[in-house]
Amino acid sequence: MARRPRIYGLLAEFEKPEQLMAAAHRAREAGYRRMDAYTPFPVEGLAEALGRHYTLVPLITLIGGLTGGSCGFALQYWISKIAYPINVGGRPFNSWPAFIPVTFEMTILGAALSAVFGMLALNGLPMPYHPLFNEPRFALASRDRFFLCVEARDRRFDRTETRLLLESLTPRAVMEVENL
Amino acid sequence: MEPETPDTNGAEKPPVTRRSPVIQPGYTYSSVTDKIGSIVLTQRFGIGWWAGFLFAFALVMMLMYAATYLFAKGVGIWGIDIPVGWGFAIVNFVWWIGIGHAGTLISAVLLLLNQSWRTSINRFAEAMTLFAVACAGMFPIMHLGRPWFAYWLFPYPNVMGLWPQFRSPLVWDVFAVSTYGTVSLLFWFIGLIPDLATLRDRATKRAHKIVYGILAMGWRGSAIHWYRYETAYLLLAGLATPLVVSVHSVVSFDFAVGIVPGWHSTIFPPYFVAGAIYSGFAMVLTLAIPLRAAYHLEDFITMRHLENMALVMLSTGMIVAYGYLMEFFTAWYSDSATEIFVPFNRAFGPYAHWYWALIFCNIVAPQMLWFSRFRRNVKALFVTALIVNVGMWLERFIIVVTSLHRDFLPSSWGMYSPTRWDWAIFIGTLGLFVALLFLFIRFLPMISIFEMRELVDETSPKPEGD
Repeated sequence: MARRPRIYGLLAEFEKPEQLMAAAHRAREAGYRRMDAYTPFPVEGLAEALGRHYTLVPLITLIGGLTGGSCGFALQYWISKIAYPINVGGRPFNSWPAFIPVTFEMTILGAALSAVFGMLALNGLPMPYHPLFNEPRFALASRDRFFLCVEARDRRFDRTETRLLLESLTPRAVMEVENL
Repeated sequence: MEPETPDTNGAEKPPVTRRSPVIQPGYTYSSVTDKIGSIVLTQRFGIGWWAGFLFAFALVMMLMYAATYLFAKGVGIWGIDIPVGWGFAIVNFVWWIGIGHAGTLISAVLLLLNQSWRTSINRFAEAMTLFAVACAGMFPIMHLGRPWFAYWLFPYPNVMGLWPQFRSPLVWDVFAVSTYGTVSLLFWFIGLIPDLATLRDRATKRAHKIVYGILAMGWRGSAIHWYRYETAYLLLAGLATPLVVSVHSVVSFDFAVGIVPGWHSTIFPPYFVAGAIYSGFAMVLTLAIPLRAAYHLEDFITMRHLENMALVMLSTGMIVAYGYLMEFFTAWYSDSATEIFVPFNRAFGPYAHWYWALIFCNIVAPQMLWFSRFRRNVKALFVTALIVNVGMWLERFIIVVTSLHRDFLPSSWGMYSPTRWDWAIFIGTLGLFVALLFLFIRFLPMISIFEMRELVDETSPKPEGD
């Protein structure tokens, strides 16, 4: 094999969320788009700073909830009116008020399942391998350090220039992440 | 470095107010991470853990034995008979489900209300919910008589051409409890993912790395992932809030939809929900107080937490007391001889000693919580929480048994007394609950680490690294 490690990106390490936030803004102003930040807890406004202003999770949840609820009601209607009608004290077969609790529970179930699995799917999880895990210091992203990664697939990415920019943002360190 | 904190609960402490810290000052991102993570990753198991776990595990074995005998012999080994056909199984079911509700309340409702003090107690309260629901779910199934046909409760196409009866609250219960169990599990697991990633990254043992690595699913804390994660978490909280109210309402419909005197009342759903939160907070206190002492978490689970929980207990306890009074009112207002008979039979009939014990546990004893001196006394708080746990169990016993044992026809009155198998299964589920909690505190972070880091960020504007 040729000794040419492909680079996933350049990773800058910060100590404080405010520094990372400022760095994300600066990098975006410099024209970088293929970036992501990695933090030990959710930092408010960081996704927006990286140019992400919406997520599909609420829509997926809404669709899941509506699907769950309507399937729940349809199931009860079909069972009680068509498949297995039972006359209970002369009440209508489609006794819809009695179907509300199950319809409600099915709505919640559908919405909750789609919120969770929708979020995981959009995030591409589970993903056991990721190039960032090649960098030993990246383990601190789940403890007390804040990282900004400019990815090599960005059109403006350049090993030296991008590094210079990142170093101007007063990080603790800038590392090259290999794409093995 | 960890700050030195005096380990006192004495009266010389400043009063606990809204401004009291929900985490002792001086912690950094790394020190909260290491302190909570070390319980799972590095601390030794200790004799106390083994003793507690093995005792609880012995009770689980008793549960297995009793359940096996039950499956072989049938529900005749229990004390249930006609007229009291429900007995311990339903008492315990309602009690366990109610306990679970505090976990959801803490994690969902307090999140929506922006109560940051929930952070250090939500994780184990959610675990408590999950284990309580597991214990609860067993009882209706064991009570079925032929538990191996439990799947008949679900609507599925079958060769008998039979379908469930959707006008029955018992079928609503199946949907409510299974949805509740599923959503509680999702909520708990979603909350755990970032912490599992922390454990994966901090682990030194290979087994830890593999197991936590698989469970963390490759979480790497990406800002865009966090954005979706927080949205999903908030949505789940918004979904769990009406769910928790609906679950105990549906449980109360099991009673209220029936025409049995003492059950057929519209006060039941709100009164059951308040009772559920009451007993649940009592259980959270029962667990939090020993846990914070055993694992030295006084800096995270502060007096403010305990005091807030005591106040929630006091207020929901008052709603429950109102419910008891309303039972007398609705009985009188119904102008029906059988309805009027029920509260008098409860207070002065053959189960009167249980009833007055219940009034003492649920109404009299918690009145101490009005006094801040008492709320700040950890031992007294622990004892009160235990008393309320007992009281709420007695409440369900009174509701189930006293209504059934003397209804419309005096010729069909009877008495109920539990057998040793009733007790074995009830105490066995207590053992199962405790055993699962013992495993949980050793193998998963009992306090949400990433939310504590967030709290550090919010409470100390300039945290200097160590």
